Amino acid sequence: MAIFLNSDSKVIVQGMTGSEGMKHTQRMLTSGTHVVGGVNPRKAGTSVDFTAADGSSVSIPVYGTVAEAIAATGADVSVIFVPAAFTKAAAVEAIEAEIPLAVVITEGVPVKDSAEFYALSVGSKTRLIGPNCPGLISPGQSNAGIIPADITTAGRVGLVSKSGTLTYQMMYELRDFGFSTAVGIGGDPIIGTTHIDCLEAFQNDPDTDAIVMIGEIGGDAEERAAAYIAENVTKPVVGYVAGFTAPEGKTMGHAGAIVSGSSGTAAAKKEALEAAGVKVGKTPSETAQLMREIMQGLQA
Amino acid sequence: MDLYEYQARDLFESHGVPVLRGLTATTPDEAAAAATELGTPVVVVKAQVKTGGRGKAGGVKVAKGAEDAKAKAEEILGLDIKGHVVKKVMIAEGADIAEEYYFSVLLDRAERRYLAMCSVEGGMDIETLAEERPEALAKIPVDPNTGIDQAKADEIVAAAGFAEADRAKIAAVIIKLWEVYRDEDATLVEVNPLVKTGAGDIVALDGKVSLDENASFRHEAHEALIDHTAADPLEARATEKGLNYVKLDGSVGIIGNGAGLVMSTLDVVAYAGEEFPGAPKPANFLDIGGGASAEVMANGLDVILGDAQVKSVFVNVFGGITACDAVANGIVQAFALLSEQGKAVTQPLVVRLDGNNAEEGRRILTEANLPLLEQVDTMDGAARRVAELAASN
Repeated sequence: MAIFLNSDSKVIVQGMTGSEGMKHTQRMLTSGTHVVGGVNPRKAGTSVDFTAADGSSVSIPVYGTVAEAIAATGADVSVIFVPAAFTKAAAVEAIEAEIPLAVVITEGVPVKDSAEFYALSVGSKTRLIGPNCPGLISPGQSNAGIIPADITTAGRVGLVSKSGTLTYQMMYELRDFGFSTAVGIGGDPIIGTTHIDCLEAFQNDPDTDAIVMIGEIGGDAEERAAAYIAENVTKPVVGYVAGFTAPEGKTMGHAGAIVSGSSGTAAAKKEALEAAGVKVGKTPSETAQLMREIMQGLQA
Repeated sequence: MDLYEYQARDLFESHGVPVLRGLTATTPDEAAAAATELGTPVVVVKAQVKTGGRGKAGGVKVAKGAEDAKAKAEEILGLDIKGHVVKKVMIAEGADIAEEYYFSVLLDRAERRYLAMCSVEGGMDIETLAEERPEALAKIPVDPNTGIDQAKADEIVAAAGFAEADRAKIAAVIIKLWEVYRDEDATLVEVNPLVKTGAGDIVALDGKVSLDENASFRHEAHEALIDHTAADPLEARATEKGLNYVKLDGSVGIIGNGAGLVMSTLDVVAYAGEEFPGAPKPANFLDIGGGASAEVMANGLDVILGDAQVKSVFVNVFGGITACDAVANGIVQAFALLSEQGKAVTQPLVVRLDGNNAEEGRRILTEANLPLLEQVDTMDGAARRVAELAASN
């Protein structure tokens, strides 16, 4: 099972023929993902050779549009690697072609563009993940994005995180238990899939036993997630929040990671999560340890 | 990027939003000249700082004539307003204010769209108004794809409770302000107060604008709005080298890969520091990204070691796509690059490498036997060690 992405997923890559697209298409193939096509209107009709997971050579066709790629391959996931200036057009194309899942990896997308393509996705057939995210992985099944596949194993922990490297850190720390799905939702002010969307999906996923949620300063997504957990999540949840020492008014790397006034502080987020019964670790390692204890308890 | 009031005024003017004339000055003499040029009997001397509460702090004063403007500018220039020292004032025409209103349009993160806020009660702090009299503040959602058209502007002015006779005029200004927001890739356009003059004209008297830096590729003019003099010298140097660096107050330099991991590293170092004398804290945020090349590592170390407050440095890298052996080689080469430039590593360095090929990475660093560098395998352990070094160094 897993959430949003599994061994049946057929993935296309918008921007496959660019340098980032080429590099990560190869990585996705190596980790066993069914990459069935690329999209680039200027290179439609050509194909690109990659190495498949079993070491054999595989030729991936390039289509002119997302709609053509879907018609030809039955693709249900698109990973978007196009530069920031063209990301909105790529995302709009994916949404209008009604692809079930569009994963926007590109960072530095103007928030106006994100607001516009997110608004278009509301009520559409497309789930949007990102922008400015590492994508998602269901280890051993499929990998849509740039998460390194070889740092963890398949298992029964679900992970949702705003931060890429903290996602990797947590996947690595808990590699002995492994993950059903890890979703990097991104750290921009406007993102398509939220903590709550992932919590809901993990709660309903029979292959997930417990959930790690990683947040950071800025916005109120963690507070909302805490309220959602209190009402709707019965599986154990462990949390971590980064940015306790971040000063007000300074952006910490992610466009959305900024404390303004009393809103968006790490302390408020931690408090809200703990009030919802979530165990919150002080450091990533302590958070992993809290999850380890929960998984050991479940297995006993 | 937050703009100064005078920059917001100019931006408004260029989009046809009605504003009063205003000129900037950095000395009392320039202020006098500006008042003369404006030629109105009354001018207002306003501190240009990127913080609220200027009025209460004595940063806004009415002046009558050039000599008085000079005297008032003398009082305001150099004033410290919430940690912002006033280096520039705006001399603006005095306004004949009949009524004060409030309007803003901003990014609503929680609802993932835009929000327009409007009130017939302007002038005061909007957070106070929202808290004390929420019914007086109209909040109208704005769809990013349709924006504020005539119908939406009419909805806003009706919800805010303006008198029928004033609505059309105010709606027209609101549409112009929306055009500023949309066409300049703003995340905030706020006018407080928006005023009605004695003659019945609607004027944006004070403006606050935040621009989205991610959109700078399509706004060449925004480059000129950046205030390079305001940046911390270390931050300015880091920006020049393309580093994502934020100066903080502590003594432990931090380098890491990935914004979330670096933010987390700051916290873990601050916790660990509590155990040691003087409670060492992080000196900076520096995200060198996924690649961690030798050049970026060398630039990062150079900026951090240029901070006189730094007593020890923590290099915290998780090897994902770029595996730890590549990162370790990057560190070794960074040391070589720095020594080629005649710069030595002068403070102790604690390196934590974990993730892909961690063992190989650690072996490379051990064999390189770099001066002042030690390795600790866990993030929490490394944080403790680097805090200890900062406390004892």
